[in-house]
Amino acid sequence: RGLAAGPEMHFGFQTVTEEERREKIYRVFETVAKKYDVMNDSMTLGIHRVWKDILMHKMNPCPGTLLLDVAGGTGDIAFRFINYVRSVQQRQLQKKLKHHQNLSWQEIFESYQKDQFKSLGDSQVVVCDINREMLKVGKQKAQYLGYSEGLSWVLGNAEELPFDDDKFDVYTIAFGIRNVTCIDLALQEAYRVLKPGGRFLCLEFSHVSNPLLSRLYDLYSFQVIPVLGEVIAGDWRSYQYLVESIRQFPPQEELKAMIEDAGFLKVDYENLNFGIVAIHSGFKL
Amino acid sequence: GRARPSHSEPRGRDGRGGEEEMEGWQQLYPGHIPTSPLQKALLAAGSALMALYDPYRHDMVAVLGETTGCLALPNLRDKMKNHPEGYRILQERPRIRLSTLDMARLQGLPDGSLGREYVRFLEDNKVSPDTRMPPKFVDDEELAYVIQRYREVHDLMHTLLGMPTNMLGEVVVKWFEAIQTGLPMCVLGAALGPVRLSSRKLQVLATELVPWAIRSGLNASCVLNVYYEQRWEQPVESLREELGIFPPP
Repeated sequence: RGLAAGPEMHFGFQTVTEEERREKIYRVFETVAKKYDVMNDSMTLGIHRVWKDILMHKMNPCPGTLLLDVAGGTGDIAFRFINYVRSVQQRQLQKKLKHHQNLSWQEIFESYQKDQFKSLGDSQVVVCDINREMLKVGKQKAQYLGYSEGLSWVLGNAEELPFDDDKFDVYTIAFGIRNVTCIDLALQEAYRVLKPGGRFLCLEFSHVSNPLLSRLYDLYSFQVIPVLGEVIAGDWRSYQYLVESIRQFPPQEELKAMIEDAGFLKVDYENLNFGIVAIHSGFKL
Repeated sequence: GRARPSHSEPRGRDGRGGEEEMEGWQQLYPGHIPTSPLQKALLAAGSALMALYDPYRHDMVAVLGETTGCLALPNLRDKMKNHPEGYRILQERPRIRLSTLDMARLQGLPDGSLGREYVRFLEDNKVSPDTRMPPKFVDDEELAYVIQRYREVHDLMHTLLGMPTNMLGEVVVKWFEAIQTGLPMCVLGAALGPVRLSSRKLQVLATELVPWAIRSGLNASCVLNVYYEQRWEQPVESLREELGIFPPP
């Protein structure tokens, strides 16, 4: 193998150099991009949608929020954000209209028109991903589903974000931080680009402590998921990598400590489905 | 040699994983993915369903063949071992690929010769021998070659049987291959393929083509025991006679 070009790291259960890991991961997502959503639904039996909904409810964004969704690839979080903010905006608008009972039709019409242009109320989401293919799929989805306002797509690396300091209200990374080469760097960047008072939210596979459940989960992960990958996406290896990388990722408490090390305060986590997935949250105060 | 499939147990971050025996990932040939019996069963079921749902997923047909061939493949290998020409094929491991075929030479051969008709078949149906899937789930390196050989020889089956690559032609070839190889994937393909045919075609299939394919399949010696690469000059008709394939209707 010769002299390693850099420190040795994990790629699933393999040991590789940092450069190899980056390349391999890029290729994994390049290959799975088109089938990413189908596979997510098959592997989790659609439950990943619930996890992402819970993340959005936890975030509870109000209109005017500026969100950065890192490793946001195919746009699941971004679209949910837009839907959420839109419905909040609608409810606010309805409340306002109720109070305008004694206005003339002309005045009501005008105020309604004005607010229609701001159906998102100045909220914006920036989707940042290191992988061109994933972004491509995301943009196609956005077009297909009719999302355009308040949405932008940026090619970028979580370890070196192409944004200024103190820019965003919320930073999310859903099922992405596991694939970052150096998690500490990503956390530091998250801290940097958040405004003071901003919130960090991470949705990621985590560790199941219940022994019986853990065994069932392992069985399902290692026996079924690569098979699903082969049958649905024609790609065993990418999904073998997926289940291995989940096991290599730091458990809840360790990730919490890493987030605190990056400077975040009030760091906490919430287990979903007994720890199969966890949402970590922290604030830049 | 045989491989024991690996159970990828976690090298847990907290040192967990000692209770389960950790087997190395024994890759027997490039592209080999060791699988547990449960995984093979799931793959067999999944690939069968997917192949039915989307017939363009040739990779699923291939996976089905690999995961269900555990009895038929050793059988085929033994047939090859016990035949002088088949034995040589197993030793020399020839591959049929565009890079190994001298297309110009084959095109220059007289009409009616195996080489000329094979090239004509490839051109008429716009297929290439390079689109065959390499095996992944066969846990024996020699058997992996046997199934690879079977896949690469498939187009020659078309040539020998005179069948095109439309649905009807493919089904007929599958019937022939099912009898010849005993591969469950061929049997399934032969039985379920006709489902997508019109009633007129089904009639032709049932009355003429399938009985002929079965008779030829039973009568012919093992088609994998033919070193095709050394017989390009041989006329197709003479090869048919030698093997015992009856003339196509």
